[in-house]
Amino acid sequence: MTSQTIGPRPSVLRRILPQLVILAVALALNVAVFPEFFQIDFRNGRLFGNLIDVLNRGAPVALLCIGMTLVIATKGIDLSVGAVMAIAGAVAASVVVDGHGWGTALLAALAAGGLCGLWNGLLVAVLRIQPIVATLVLMVAGRGIAQLVTEGKILTFDNPGLIHLGAGTVAGVPTPILIWLALGALVTFVVRKTALGMLIEAIGINERSSRLAGINSRVLLVCVYLVSGLCAALAGVIVAADIKGADANNAGLWLELDAILAVVIGGNSLLGGRFSIIASLIGALIIQSVNSVILLSGLPPEFNLVIKALLILGILVIQSPRIGNYIYLLKASGPQPEPDAPASSPTKEETAR
Amino acid sequence: MKLKTTLLASVIALAPMAAMAADLTIGFSQIGSESGWRAAETTVTKQEAEKRGIDLKFADAQQKQENQIKAIRSFIAQGVDAILIAPVVATGWDEVLEEAKDAEIPVVLLDRTVDADESLYLTAVTSDLVHEGEVAGQWLVDEMNGEDCRIVELQGTTGSSPAIDRKTGFEQGIEGHDNLEIVRSQTGDFTRAQGKVVMESFLKAEGGENICALYAHNDDMAVGAIQAIKEAGLKPGEDIRIVAIDAVPDAHKAIADGEMNATIELTPNMAGPALDALEAYLADGTEPEKWIQTESRLFTADDDNMAIFNEKKDLGY
Repeated sequence: MTSQTIGPRPSVLRRILPQLVILAVALALNVAVFPEFFQIDFRNGRLFGNLIDVLNRGAPVALLCIGMTLVIATKGIDLSVGAVMAIAGAVAASVVVDGHGWGTALLAALAAGGLCGLWNGLLVAVLRIQPIVATLVLMVAGRGIAQLVTEGKILTFDNPGLIHLGAGTVAGVPTPILIWLALGALVTFVVRKTALGMLIEAIGINERSSRLAGINSRVLLVCVYLVSGLCAALAGVIVAADIKGADANNAGLWLELDAILAVVIGGNSLLGGRFSIIASLIGALIIQSVNSVILLSGLPPEFNLVIKALLILGILVIQSPRIGNYIYLLKASGPQPEPDAPASSPTKEETAR
Repeated sequence: MKLKTTLLASVIALAPMAAMAADLTIGFSQIGSESGWRAAETTVTKQEAEKRGIDLKFADAQQKQENQIKAIRSFIAQGVDAILIAPVVATGWDEVLEEAKDAEIPVVLLDRTVDADESLYLTAVTSDLVHEGEVAGQWLVDEMNGEDCRIVELQGTTGSSPAIDRKTGFEQGIEGHDNLEIVRSQTGDFTRAQGKVVMESFLKAEGGENICALYAHNDDMAVGAIQAIKEAGLKPGEDIRIVAIDAVPDAHKAIADGEMNATIELTPNMAGPALDALEAYLADGTEPEKWIQTESRLFTADDDNMAIFNEKKDLGY
């Protein structure tokens, strides 16, 4: 959290290189347990293959981690996203069950998600409640709200437009993949092509000084929680559309933790400041690749959580600052007096955080 | 004159019901409404009580044992004739059951049992989870009739007793039939979404054409898996046979649509047998067995699934 962090950015590729390497390793593990992993067919009018599954099944966490990255960059956290998914799914389902179109349903779900985000944002920015506590309220209550909407059942629907958002394809590509790619690109574009990204980082690094410097931190804080809520709503609609039903009990259950994990694997600090949405998205894909290894390995389900924990632990250990320093020292002690070696040192620390 | 006869006839016809309704008040402490099945159980229990003219006092414990104990104490204080409990946990019931016994109020356990002395309750009405799995396995044995079959299994939540028992039961059901082999088994957490995700990976890892049957520990996972099978360009119910457990309305619909082959019912009507036993006991002191096993009925395409769907869909599933 020194002045370095607001300095000029290293190139995007260098920033996401560690994540890309980990993703490559995770995919290689998939190939190890299932050699035909990369095989993609065109079947029944849609691309069909494990790689497509990773991209498709990673959609909810990918969408969540877009909003979560922004929230975490402000030194906050949003625990409510899983519950907001359940609410949005329930709202979308009940709207189409009432006979309205899928567009209305999507808008209603987004409105519900936005409202949830606004609530979180107001608690954090205006009432100054610690983010972890403020969003915990909705995490606990949200599922109850969703159950009230669905009246405690799995609310099934057969509106083709809505189902398309979760289970349909565009030119053979499953719609959820396109949705998270588009949203990721849009948000990255907006925060990087304007000063917005830097302002968000400034809040995370030191909110008081950023306010003294003239940043309207309160509005920005509310906005990031709002974006997080909207992302969660979109994820909730996709999950509900995928199974043609809103399952208030299980939709998005524990996904807030996966989203936070994706952000962390993406090399973003939970202490706020510097962030990379692209790296978080790769983090989401890494998590989904790990899930895929577990499913394809054919091991009994008792091993699922142990394998996942070990793989994640490995990833986090490799990313730890200590290990990063060791690797750097190891390189530095080697006989390679390259002139730019010291210059790359802050970058190393950067990525390691 | 005519009016008189009609009145007399109806009095005679209603007499037994009136007599019963006059003195039977039963308290029912339900866990809550955490699942569709639980909601259906509540609905059916109320219906069964109404059918018999019993005054049912219903208490929803919202998943808390302390609420259940409070409810039972208040039932005892009100002097009900009998108490039905769907216990939320297995332990910690001795004291309150003792109190009911001292007040000479018979207690019947529904759906789950407790770790307490048998003398403290009249009987327990539950389903046999292992048996449900066996019925599913037996159905597949008969269906395949000696043909080779590679089976994939969607398990319930890892470590939960329904998952363990339904897996054991199915394995017992297909035991000794070497033509049937479980090639992949993974948890789908009892949810539609996970059922679909895991089935997708099964279809890729084994190749859809190499899978002959799916056994899912509950209908929700099967419904999710059906969508995955369809998206892979295969016909659920034909290319891949599907058998699951619970018999929720959506499973009946899937069978009616030809997308699923069989489901085994976990009946929400635990109260029927319980009230039968209670009425017999209260009438002339007939002691029922300590465990009344509900029927694990098999539903296939031979049943009128659309009719059952319409009948079940309003129960609260």
